[in-house]
Amino acid sequence: MATNGIGSAVKRKEDLRFITGSGRYTDDINVAKQAYACFVRSPHAHATIGTIDKSAAEAMPGVIGVFTGEDVAADGLGGLICGWMVKSKDGSPMKAGPHPILAHGKARYVGDHVAVVVAETYEQARDAAEAIVVDYTPLPAIADVARSHDSGVPIHDDIANNLVYDWEIGDKAATDSAFANAAHVTKVEIVNNRLVPNAMEPRAAIGHYEFGTDSFTLYTTSQNPHVARLVISAFVGIAPEHKLTVIAPDVGGGFGSKIFIYAEECVALWASRKLRRPVKWTADRTEAFLSDAHGRDHVSVAEMAMDQDGHFLALRVNTKANMGAYLSTFASCIPTYLYATLLAGQYKTPAIYCDVQAYYTNTAPVDAYRGAGRPEATYLLETLVEECAREMKLDPAEIRRRNFIPKDAFPYQTPVALQYDTGDYEICMEKALELADYAGFPARRQQSEAKGKLRGVGFSAYIEACGIAPSAVIGSLGAGVGLWESAKVRFSHTGKVQVLTGTHSHGQGHETTFAQVVAEKLGVAYEDVDVIHGDTSKTTVGMGTYGSRSLAVGGEALVKACDKIVAKGKKIAAHLLEAAEADIVFKDGSFSVAGTDKAKSIGEIVFAALVPHNYPAGLEPGMEETAYYDPANFTYPSGVYICELEVDPDSGVTEIQRFTAVDDFGNVVNPMIVEGQVHGGLAQGIGQALLENAVYDESGQLLSASYMDYAMPRADDLPSFVVHTTAGTACTHNSLGVKGCGEAGAIGSPPAVMNAIADAIGTRVSMPATPEKVWRAIQQSKNLARAAE
Amino acid sequence: MTTVSMTVNGKAVTKDIEPRMLLSTFLRDELGLTGTHVGCDTSQCGCCVVHVDGDSVKACTALAVQCEGSQVTTIEGLATNGTLHPMQEAFRDNHGLQCGFCTTGMIMSSVDLVKKAKEQGVTLDEHYVRDGLQGNICRCTGYHNIVKAVLAGAQSM
Repeated sequence: MATNGIGSAVKRKEDLRFITGSGRYTDDINVAKQAYACFVRSPHAHATIGTIDKSAAEAMPGVIGVFTGEDVAADGLGGLICGWMVKSKDGSPMKAGPHPILAHGKARYVGDHVAVVVAETYEQARDAAEAIVVDYTPLPAIADVARSHDSGVPIHDDIANNLVYDWEIGDKAATDSAFANAAHVTKVEIVNNRLVPNAMEPRAAIGHYEFGTDSFTLYTTSQNPHVARLVISAFVGIAPEHKLTVIAPDVGGGFGSKIFIYAEECVALWASRKLRRPVKWTADRTEAFLSDAHGRDHVSVAEMAMDQDGHFLALRVNTKANMGAYLSTFASCIPTYLYATLLAGQYKTPAIYCDVQAYYTNTAPVDAYRGAGRPEATYLLETLVEECAREMKLDPAEIRRRNFIPKDAFPYQTPVALQYDTGDYEICMEKALELADYAGFPARRQQSEAKGKLRGVGFSAYIEACGIAPSAVIGSLGAGVGLWESAKVRFSHTGKVQVLTGTHSHGQGHETTFAQVVAEKLGVAYEDVDVIHGDTSKTTVGMGTYGSRSLAVGGEALVKACDKIVAKGKKIAAHLLEAAEADIVFKDGSFSVAGTDKAKSIGEIVFAALVPHNYPAGLEPGMEETAYYDPANFTYPSGVYICELEVDPDSGVTEIQRFTAVDDFGNVVNPMIVEGQVHGGLAQGIGQALLENAVYDESGQLLSASYMDYAMPRADDLPSFVVHTTAGTACTHNSLGVKGCGEAGAIGSPPAVMNAIADAIGTRVSMPATPEKVWRAIQQSKNLARAAE
Repeated sequence: MTTVSMTVNGKAVTKDIEPRMLLSTFLRDELGLTGTHVGCDTSQCGCCVVHVDGDSVKACTALAVQCEGSQVTTIEGLATNGTLHPMQEAFRDNHGLQCGFCTTGMIMSSVDLVKKAKEQGVTLDEHYVRDGLQGNICRCTGYHNIVKAVLAGAQSM
């Protein structure tokens, strides 16, 4: 292994700037002569927009321009799009309502962007925004997905019952038949609570049009600047792609919410051209709550058919998914191809059927949030499995073991489209039981009882599909793009390396991990590798970071680029060492002639390529290689999580005593970073289970629109975690053997927590399990018990 | 407009500003000290924590004019003569940060937390650190490595 190469817990390259306050986030950037934008947002969940009186605002100090949806329409701009076509059971395409960058005619959720003011200072823009008079006529609104269909509230013209699509997967007949013959059926109703991603850096953008070159630069808080460039040019139509540079500099977290292309960044760019001034916009936190795409928000019914021994025979699921008021960039694929395809979990359930109805509501758009569909699938399945165990009077570990796909069954074709390449679920279960000291639980429960506390233990065995995604597969399922990734490796005269990747790091540490891969593959010093990302003028193509794809797809592209460097280096080495190319061996940064001590270092070879005085005839000078990689399959990380907690029956307060996470991520490049990713995911999953909830009232007002109302997990809400990555099973279809680790924690943890609470109090509550909810459930159980006596 | 003078990271500064200007805006926009981040508008997240006359303060909650005559230290002023503060080192050594956005405020709060604990003779432990960092939200790390970092940083402070 190279020093600081693959497998080493190297300290991160990016940290020096972050710990000294020298990071460069979008709002830290200022462009000469920039003006500031402030948006007028709808205070109504649903309203027609009559006249907009801009006159008072336009007359205010510093105001440069005021624009509305009419101006957008007059300029003939297109709108924001949803890039994944999902078809209904009857083959009809999903119903996508128009999504203009400033609302036109109607506002469809509280926070909908109705007008924008641009002024010399932000304060002037904000003052003027308050002087704009919009003639709204409020309409009835619907926020609840379960009632959207029958609400009689038409959100988009010509879209009946607010139904975006009615989609299905699996074999309905086989599933129904298995249910008809089952010894036992367990049924649960599941609500997956709506969440606000809450990256700590609010969204921001600077649009900068330069008249002299007729070119555009957009600085933006994006997880995928290249897709932003594509959508803004091809669909919104503000700038042609070759004249538009999108720069996503340091980005303060994303968790999915910064994948999407948003109206505000488009407006900043468009307004810059209209005003011939750079236009800067930075969201405040309230705007973030109102207008960032939210996550989850499913209502489901799930049933498991079993034989008398608790073997799963069939799974049947119906889900209603909230899409919000408009379809966000990837919204349609989240509750379908990233959700229902995961319903096999780690189990060999032979028949599965799921249908999903997606609805518009008068709420912020809903799209991918850490895990994106897979947490919803895992919460549903692992809640159901735990209930199966209770009803069948089986230990929760035992019922899982009984149904695990055995390790000799891989590759394993599930009944819901995916083919798992590899896995060994027993290993994670065994290790988790050991680390959680499951055997010692009864004694600990007794100790808790002695203190008047209720102790519970809960399991979760998750699987996820990462490394998104094989282009041909997703293309056949309706994706509008291919999800390959690109990498470029570029040497300079002095042997230093620049790596350009189309993935984007916003906390994941690519600058470190990707440098480790290059150090390992090319035998250069880790310190001599610089990773560049997030600027479409530098890395010309890429597909961004989401779906735990950066290393599994982007890292593999990097390996392929390194392979090309080595292949070219061998030609040069053969020439310099006067040997046949076939006899050149490359190892640890040295090209040598097999069986001899004749060798050239990679630095010497690179120098020869850039100063080609003595060089193979016909070979191009230079040492710079680009590679693209399109994965053959998804990757399938898996793991077993065990949560042990105590509930205080007098207050309903839940305290996690021990959280054990055992994951199989395949090979690991930087164990320190991987553990950190798991920690962060666990916090978000535990947050969903115990604290977080995005609540709209009946009229569509977002009640939880600040940190005073939306319970973010804080340091004292969480325990330290027991995290273990097993040697596991390496991914079989990328050479690194990696699977992706970014989302696992958020996927696996909510059911473990909720199952533990159910175990502690003997009844199930919905997420988030607030003290009030838990206390009421305990009281209700007591009352029922009393009534029974 | 009004005139305000204070000492920021050891340097005297005087600026004409609007009286309504927040300290966070003053530091970021008037002085270009963009290490002080703004993550919310309700004084909850703690991304903007700086030290004013030796106490940690959420810079989004103070008006710049309230700091007239004060000694202000931001994250940019924490390292001395090019040597990182032990808490900065500890965050890097313990992977106590990911995206970096909350990090600057988190480090400033942690320095103050540890300094005050030592002054009061309190023994630092995990519980104390978690309790003391309630006012700083991190969405990336799950706090696990932040707690480790603060305890390690405290050792060398």
